[in-house]
Amino acid sequence: MADTKTVGMTRRERYEAQQRRRSLIIAASSTVMVVAAIMIFVPMAPGWEKVQRSFFNGDVLAQTFPKLVDAFLVNIMIFAWCAPAIAILGLLIALARDAKSPALFPLRIFGATFTDVFRGVPVILTVYLIGFGIPGLGLPRPWNSPYIWGSLALILTYSAYVAEIFRSGIDSVHHSQRSAALSLGMSERQVMRDVVLPQAVRNVVPSQMNMLIALQKDVSLLSFIGPVEIFRQAGVFKSLTANFTPYVGAAIIFLIVTIPATRYADHLMAKQRRDRS
Amino acid sequence: MSKMLSATAISLAVMSAPAFAGGHCAAGKTLTDGTLTIATGNPAYYPWVMDDAPESGQGFEAAVAYAVAAEMGFAAENVTWVRSSFDEAIQPGAKNFDLNMQQYSITPEREQIVDFSAPYYTAPMAVLVGASAVETAPTLDALRELQWGAVGSTTAVPKLTAVIQPSRDPLLYGDNADVNAAMSANQIDAALFDLPTALFLSAVMIEGSRVLGQFAPDLTDSPDQFGMLMEEGNPLKACVDEALASLTERGDLAAIEATWLQDTTGVPLIE
Repeated sequence: MADTKTVGMTRRERYEAQQRRRSLIIAASSTVMVVAAIMIFVPMAPGWEKVQRSFFNGDVLAQTFPKLVDAFLVNIMIFAWCAPAIAILGLLIALARDAKSPALFPLRIFGATFTDVFRGVPVILTVYLIGFGIPGLGLPRPWNSPYIWGSLALILTYSAYVAEIFRSGIDSVHHSQRSAALSLGMSERQVMRDVVLPQAVRNVVPSQMNMLIALQKDVSLLSFIGPVEIFRQAGVFKSLTANFTPYVGAAIIFLIVTIPATRYADHLMAKQRRDRS
Repeated sequence: MSKMLSATAISLAVMSAPAFAGGHCAAGKTLTDGTLTIATGNPAYYPWVMDDAPESGQGFEAAVAYAVAAEMGFAAENVTWVRSSFDEAIQPGAKNFDLNMQQYSITPEREQIVDFSAPYYTAPMAVLVGASAVETAPTLDALRELQWGAVGSTTAVPKLTAVIQPSRDPLLYGDNADVNAAMSANQIDAALFDLPTALFLSAVMIEGSRVLGQFAPDLTDSPDQFGMLMEEGNPLKACVDEALASLTERGDLAAIEATWLQDTTGVPLIE
């Protein structure tokens, strides 16, 4: 089989195959050399044993990892109800900013102010302000729960970003399509719903994936107002064991989730580029 | 009261005079011979010093100061008070006091710059409750039902899970200020602090809150311990430590603590 393939190759194809093999070998050997250098030289550093004991301690990791996974369920829970709310609110804000009718001008101002404010303020400040501020007005339990108001802070902040991405998606649909649809007798509303949005949303899926990954990490900011999610739990273990390994454990759990998600987003973007060209 | 005090002072003076004459350990080691100069905060706070008047011997630290002075052979009238700010006393260099008492926690970092006596107080954990839970009984059973909060990086967390075992998951925060905010927002009923912090928070920071009770100090928690601060290498340290050791042994120190930090503050021990 291989023979027939080689036989069937032109001289140019053979040359290219040889070049590919060559670059593969170079890439592999240089990677091996770098990894080997790290593995040999880093442990030779005078402080390595201390660093290993306090950051990469197997015993501490084994002891705390199961509880970190438990705490990560809190992250997933918060993420699970925030993500759909962000998608809906973000889309509504984007539509508000895109309102064409002069009567709806206040809506456009609102949309612009919303995105300006919540994109401009650091997330942690919003979390503190809404998480402690609104319950401080005297709400009864359970309506003053940090879960509710902390989540709202995340939803507001992320909606502002997501709305901007949706808006860029809406702008990416060429104006001629709107004109064409209008000329067919569709209303503005129908044009938006049936012509513009389906394309706009599909165009921005990869960018929104990146927002999901960012949200997944920022859920940890809720730990500042009370909920014991993975970051706080790791901090508690750090204090108890005087060892930073629990943080490394938390990072591992985050990576297990975010690496596949990031790869998937990259894949979607590459696919989109291919489809467009 | 003042009559009783002066009576005590006289009796102390009478008792201590021969001891001094006999070449007590502190002789010649103080700033001014025959006088012990003690510094405290400006102002000094309840319940450490009552009414900012340490000369009265009222308040925990004022009482300890006079007890230590008496133990070292100084009559009450031979004790002079000066004031110093907290930071100024921790700076390296010569001091204008023999001893400084204003709730200095003994830490290894500070110990490199100044000297500390043996601890005269071990701060116990105390329960601070917000306005919603001030009526709770100071028993473990009642405490278990509250919504708890604590600073995540402190020993309050293991104490909470091991001793109180709350029925609902506690909420944890980054620092005291965040716990305050959560308590003010009624998100938590109760929080664990060391007693001095809890007293300060309830008196100054969180309206309607109360220090419900305190746990017996537990050395395994590596709690804050207060020591008297001295200039680095002060020869007086040995005498002070000796005095504190005998006060502890006789139970005098515990009695002073019960008077000023349990009875006066109204913070009972939680059983």
